[in-house]
Amino acid sequence: MNSDLSELYQSVILDHNKSPRNFKELPDATAHAEGRNPLCGDAYTVWLRMEGDHIAEASFQGNGCAISKASASLMTTAVKGRTMAEAEALFDQFHEMLTGGATDLSGMPNGVKALTGVKAFPMRVKCATLSWHAMRQALHAEK
Amino acid sequence: MTTTAAFDVARIRADFPILGRAVNGRPLVYLDSAASAQKPQVVIDAVSRHYQTSNANVHRGVHFLSQEASEGYEAARVTAAAFLGAAAPGEVVFAHGTTSAINLIARAYGDSHLKQGDHILVSELEHHSNIVPWQQLAIRKGGRVIKIPVTDAGEIDLAAYETLLSDRTRIVAVSHVSNVLGTISPIQQMADLAHARGAVLVVDGAQSAPHLAVDVQALHCDFFVCSGHKVYGPTGVGLLWGRGELLDSMPPYEGGGGMIDLVTFEKTTYAKPPARFEAGTPPVEGVIGLAAALTWLMGLDATALQAHENDLLEYAKGRLSELPGVSLLGHPEHQASVLSFVMDGVHPHDIGTILDTEGVAIRAGHHCAQPLMQRFGVPSTARASFCAFNTRDEVDALIAGMGKVREVFG
Repeated sequence: MNSDLSELYQSVILDHNKSPRNFKELPDATAHAEGRNPLCGDAYTVWLRMEGDHIAEASFQGNGCAISKASASLMTTAVKGRTMAEAEALFDQFHEMLTGGATDLSGMPNGVKALTGVKAFPMRVKCATLSWHAMRQALHAEK
Repeated sequence: MTTTAAFDVARIRADFPILGRAVNGRPLVYLDSAASAQKPQVVIDAVSRHYQTSNANVHRGVHFLSQEASEGYEAARVTAAAFLGAAAPGEVVFAHGTTSAINLIARAYGDSHLKQGDHILVSELEHHSNIVPWQQLAIRKGGRVIKIPVTDAGEIDLAAYETLLSDRTRIVAVSHVSNVLGTISPIQQMADLAHARGAVLVVDGAQSAPHLAVDVQALHCDFFVCSGHKVYGPTGVGLLWGRGELLDSMPPYEGGGGMIDLVTFEKTTYAKPPARFEAGTPPVEGVIGLAAALTWLMGLDATALQAHENDLLEYAKGRLSELPGVSLLGHPEHQASVLSFVMDGVHPHDIGTILDTEGVAIRAGHHCAQPLMQRFGVPSTARASFCAFNTRDEVDALIAGMGKVREVFG
């Protein structure tokens, strides 16, 4: 198989696509936001339950490609337990990983690092970042 | 490769320089003509030649080049009229594409004919460009957009259409060929039914113009619009055909140079159609390129072209149906060479990306037809479209690519 393609569809991504984690509505969420890509129709809602400055729980639901769904699943897993500032920092780091040059990935969960293959497919970067933008929007709504 | 006396695919392929390109190390397999067609060398040459030898503004100068450019521009109108089967070249307006042409009709015809409480019937098959301008018109004039439903087969529900038509119906808007399902709609019948209620029928011909021999008079429609870039011509230019008496009755859409008769600060009188609807400097090189494209297309044997494209369509439908977990959307009785499919557990975008690594270009998404996606209960589809230069070998490449998709997603 094309090596870029096997980098893109790593087993962890295929797994999170097939069995997305935190794929539910959070009835006691303190904030939520929608992420929508009008060009392709992908649409997700991200819910956060904050306890003070910490993200106690994160979840999502919606529809989209394997990249967007796996990324949302990995994102909700990764931000759980982080402070708002830490979640913001992770967002920046993730965004930099997909769009920037050499990036310091220290502290980034391995699962999230698996999305680095998206960088070779510029048309798909928006798929990967869709739910992350929604997460950040929900954080800001919380503020 | 299919080769008959009337239709020599190898010769047609030789007209398209882009087919010599490799994509991701594979020969390009372009199955996305429904989004935008590739250009034969004659079109590229016509645009180049215009810039190299004849470039000037049209209808504005007395100098040699302006005259030559104007003659080329008006000759293109004659070619376009022949392509559409129009009664006269003056019934053909050069618009900027299908979207701009529909907006022009909604503004110029719609605003002057729709009254409070009037109905606009729009089919569920439509592209957003044949929905949104009518919704905007309805908001401006206090009218209503009413959906003509589509059956499970992906065809317009004619019985429902007849019921929805009423004396309040002013405009019916329908695509000749669906950009998602390839459905060919019964325009003539729908036009006759609309006329019986005093309504006009607007046809979005963006997807039919490349595949069917269009004859606007035989279709009995009142307006027919299409895009240059989908008929092997340039982007930024399109055709709007309207019945002469309707065009005559319409006020202008945009104001500016070229569309006037006399301007004073007290009052401006307008030029006759088609100039009335061509404000500003038109896309001259686009029009020249479009005429070259239409001439090229009319130079093909229309019956043989349709037989060729239909062969590819049927072959692709058969082969895709054999793939486990793959299903086709709709099964219209009359279909142009456009089809949509979905695969269990795999999103169309992932199909599109994986096929691309094999050099196969398809379209994945909602195809600017979200109401139709909602009708079929899918967020998006994968779409393959087949044109004059495609071959059965390219359908095989699509099928092999689908094997890769299965390999990745298991």
